[in-house]
Amino acid sequence: MSGCDGCAGCATGTLVAPVAGNRAKVVAIVGPPNSGKSTLFNRLTGLRQKVANFPGVTVEQHLGKVRLGGGREVVLVDLPGIYSMTPRSEDEQVTHDVLKGRMKNVARPDAVLLILDSTNLGRHLTLAAPVLSLGVPTLVILNMADDLRHRGGNIDTAALSQQLGAPVVLVSASRGEGVDAIFSFLEKETSAPVPVELPIIQDVPRCRVWAAKIGNNAAYQAPAPPLWTRRLDAIFLHAVMGPVFFAIVVVAVFQTIFSGAKPLMEGVESLIAASSDWVGSVLPESAFRSLLIDGVWGGVGSVVVFLPQILLLFLFIGILEDSGYLARAALIADRTMARVGLQGKSFIPLLSAYACAVPAIMATRTIENKRDRYATILIAPFMTCSARLPVYTLIIAAFIPNHSLLGPFLGTQAAAMLGLYVLGFLAAFATARVLKSSVLKSERTPFMLEMPPYRKPTLQGLALRLLDRAKVFLRRAGTVILGVAIVLWVLANIPLHDGSAPPIEQSVAGTVGRAVEPLIRPLGFDWKIGVGLITSLAAREVIVGTLGTIYGIEGEADSKGLQQALQRDLDLPGAVALLVFFAFAMQCMSTLAVVRRETGGWKWPVLQFTYMSTLAYVSAFVANRAVAVFV
Amino acid sequence: MLQLNGKSVPPQGRGEQDPAETLMELREGEHGILEALEVPEDIAQRLMELGFIPGSRIVAARSAPGGDPRVFRVDGSEIALRRETAAALRLRTLLTTQLPDVS
Repeated sequence: MSGCDGCAGCATGTLVAPVAGNRAKVVAIVGPPNSGKSTLFNRLTGLRQKVANFPGVTVEQHLGKVRLGGGREVVLVDLPGIYSMTPRSEDEQVTHDVLKGRMKNVARPDAVLLILDSTNLGRHLTLAAPVLSLGVPTLVILNMADDLRHRGGNIDTAALSQQLGAPVVLVSASRGEGVDAIFSFLEKETSAPVPVELPIIQDVPRCRVWAAKIGNNAAYQAPAPPLWTRRLDAIFLHAVMGPVFFAIVVVAVFQTIFSGAKPLMEGVESLIAASSDWVGSVLPESAFRSLLIDGVWGGVGSVVVFLPQILLLFLFIGILEDSGYLARAALIADRTMARVGLQGKSFIPLLSAYACAVPAIMATRTIENKRDRYATILIAPFMTCSARLPVYTLIIAAFIPNHSLLGPFLGTQAAAMLGLYVLGFLAAFATARVLKSSVLKSERTPFMLEMPPYRKPTLQGLALRLLDRAKVFLRRAGTVILGVAIVLWVLANIPLHDGSAPPIEQSVAGTVGRAVEPLIRPLGFDWKIGVGLITSLAAREVIVGTLGTIYGIEGEADSKGLQQALQRDLDLPGAVALLVFFAFAMQCMSTLAVVRRETGGWKWPVLQFTYMSTLAYVSAFVANRAVAVFV
Repeated sequence: MLQLNGKSVPPQGRGEQDPAETLMELREGEHGILEALEVPEDIAQRLMELGFIPGSRIVAARSAPGGDPRVFRVDGSEIALRRETAAALRLRTLLTTQLPDVS
């Protein structure tokens, strides 16, 4: 993995290299944004895939395999949504290049599944012209059949098929209705489309006229307007209720993440403790037992505890994204974003950066303006990603007593967490302001954003998303975190004194920690935190595992013990400084790697790392002093 | 029934009976026929792909709290535009088309 240890959406573009001759058939899914491409992709492959109808969610090409009869397989590529074949964003460039066979390492697709929204055919059919003119066998899929029916629309698929010279099927990807026809298309040897006539594809008005004519000939009856969407927008975009609802959503998410995840986390915790005890009881006292219990269980276990919390966060983001609310949030946010020189489109990557900066940075490809895009990339790591969650949770639980602030709705701990999220957000915006008024200055770019109808998120889509995130998280725990935990355990147990481990202060890890201690003393950190800061350069949550290992060797392995141990070694100003440090510091190899790739060099990632580290150090110092004055 | 409550965008000097000259001037619920896109070529192209084609009927819908950006209904979809873009999309003024939208 090219330096990005498995954040989702990180299936970095390397498609299966086409093997000449007997390779599997490659089929591309093409369609406008909001046509349900990802839902169809899920339906056909059963593989994980972000399902959202919004610019930039399917920035990467997602690959999947479709099983056909007789053990044969078809490789399915989900391409970013396009409005036309004239590429304007990097995103559309990808789709364009793949379809034209100009993408390096990607075979030109053998067939195309063109998916269009049947409730909006007037506009969506326009895309059929350039796609059919590619001369690749194409199946035209009219999605949202159920919605079309409910709202009283109609289409004669046989007539449309005749007009387009290509097979047409009416399906509902979210319900699986009509999907069999897609499988049988994939089974067959297919031929290139022979449309009755095609317009000049560069001429948009003419394409539109062509689409209207084709639709008319196929007896297309547009459905009634989506009443529910209008009713919901009357609330969500209301001048007063809209922002209030937005705030309620945000607070509810935080409160649930904090208190709702608790029983689940305690469950995982007791499982880990029980298994650790069991391993301890079956193995004889030895260095290996210590490695397993202190290194592996102490290090990896203390991070795995946070799985339920992270999944809950992703569940919320998934629901917001899949339901279509996110587009409204971007609309509400546009004015605020404009104030710092950005636009509403930057809002979506920034929101996904709350989960992980890596897919967020890749999602910036939908932003047409390069300077806007770079500014968004540079500020994305300030948004509180899920890797910070374990660190914040541990320190907040250890240092902030939980009182109720707003009855059952908001407690002090959740409020502290919310405060940290706001802090990251403010840092991001201040940075954007600076960047956009200096090195990345540009003219205000027009903002055009489609508001998709509200849709009920599908269980399958949400489940696949969570499954995927769980896999990513556990893979990370099993690789990076496990690796760091083992190396750390070794470094904490050498050099040997008379054949046994040294006191931890005198181990290699302890020596390194104490070497950096003078540098971090002003922030209120001791050498143990120092070791954690060094290991967390790989990934933020590693510090929890590192402290787990260090204190584990000292004999306090579980998380309650970890909290108590921290309370002994850190005072309140130090704890606040640590929180602030983690809010600002750029401790993530994966992010640096993806920034380098997306900006095409080391200049921006180096600048970003330096800026964020300096800001983290200075702010942590100030926070330490400020809190020290109060206590 | 023109909506003249606080939500609809202030008509900016546009009288009760005056026709709107640009998308910006449409009040919520009113519609107009697009005449021309007075924006740079690449932006015009994108707007046309989204349905803003001269001759098409455009309905002003809701806006973000604060009135900017605004959502317009065109060709079966809802597209949000910032004020400055909406002000550059000129409407046909000869016809008396600006009646409340019933759809």
